Amino acid sequence: MAFIDYYKILGVPKTASAKEVKKAYRKLARKYHPDLNPDNKEAEIKFKQVNEAHEVLSDPEKRKKYDKYGKDWQHGEEFEKARRQQQQSQRRSTQESFGGQDYSDFFESMFGGRSSASSRRGQYPKFKGQDYHAELHVTLRDVYTEHKQVLTVNGNKIRLTIPAGVENGQEIKIKGKGGEGLNDGPNGDLYITFVVNNNSGFRREGSNLFTDMDLDLYTAILGGEITVKTFTGKVKLKVPPETENGTKVRLKGKGFPRYKTKDQFGDLIITYRIQTPKNLSEKEKELFRELQKLS
Amino acid sequence: MKKEFVAIQTLCSHYEVEVSFIDALHQTGLIQFEVFEEEHCVHHDQIRDLEKMIRIHQDLNLNIEAIDVVFNLLEKQRQLKQEVNALKNKLRRYQGS
Repeated sequence: MAFIDYYKILGVPKTASAKEVKKAYRKLARKYHPDLNPDNKEAEIKFKQVNEAHEVLSDPEKRKKYDKYGKDWQHGEEFEKARRQQQQSQRRSTQESFGGQDYSDFFESMFGGRSSASSRRGQYPKFKGQDYHAELHVTLRDVYTEHKQVLTVNGNKIRLTIPAGVENGQEIKIKGKGGEGLNDGPNGDLYITFVVNNNSGFRREGSNLFTDMDLDLYTAILGGEITVKTFTGKVKLKVPPETENGTKVRLKGKGFPRYKTKDQFGDLIITYRIQTPKNLSEKEKELFRELQKLS
Repeated sequence: MKKEFVAIQTLCSHYEVEVSFIDALHQTGLIQFEVFEEEHCVHHDQIRDLEKMIRIHQDLNLNIEAIDVVFNLLEKQRQLKQEVNALKNKLRRYQGS
């Protein structure tokens, strides 16, 4: 367990007045406050150190003890042992009621956790824990149906129900699953952004899906029946005679599920791409010439 | 519709802040009010930002103008991060292919 130089953390000399300590603390708190440093673990650690230093140096009794024993904290600990034992039961109940504190071992050793006096409301501000931001990569097929997934965020397992129809870039908030709060403050929240990778062959716009369909020249001219691939399987479709290139066909309800709207689906829009026949035989060419003469 | 909104009075007593503070945030354009039956309310989508503003104000002694600056800078930071992530994803695709 290493000695922690609280004066160094706050950047003040040992002779600093209470006002100077407060000023230095305010300045560093503004620099490292979790709300101003989202997703910054280093700032979170520094913020905790600054708070700890402030808690010691702003309390005349703690500061006196720290100044007296400081580097020789182990020696000081012996002196305080008897007193600490006496206070142990009281301290335990205090710590329990505040859910335990995130102080350094050095602090705990010298001051035995937060005293009941210092935990009075208003004396030390409560801070909400850091909000965490994470990306979750899923495929378009994954988000076609609602499914459950277990995520591990900072060692914690989180069961997540991903609703069908989640959009690429959509963010959801999971309350209280962010960083731990400070001084009995609430935990931060976890924000998950969905990155929906699409290798399905369909283009998605909201709940509508789009796809191109190759159509041979003869079916386009004479009409016929084709099989079309939708997101959930194949369907048969009638092609009317004299269909033009770029014609769009809308299949109602064959698109993507609407987010959080049960049994509601968008449409599938198919664009026909007419394929010109290639490598024609002499006979085919002759027939086309005849057609040309007729028109 | 009203279920999605929280009355200013309720927020003030819950967070122990003055109505004038919430009003000043509204005047600066940091939060928007809606009026239901002559009662000023805030949409719950804005509560997360409002909580952050209250914390910044109370913990760091920042005034409304400073909170405005902080929020503008945080938004810029968020956009830049998003851009960096998008570019990283794009780069990963190119490097993978």
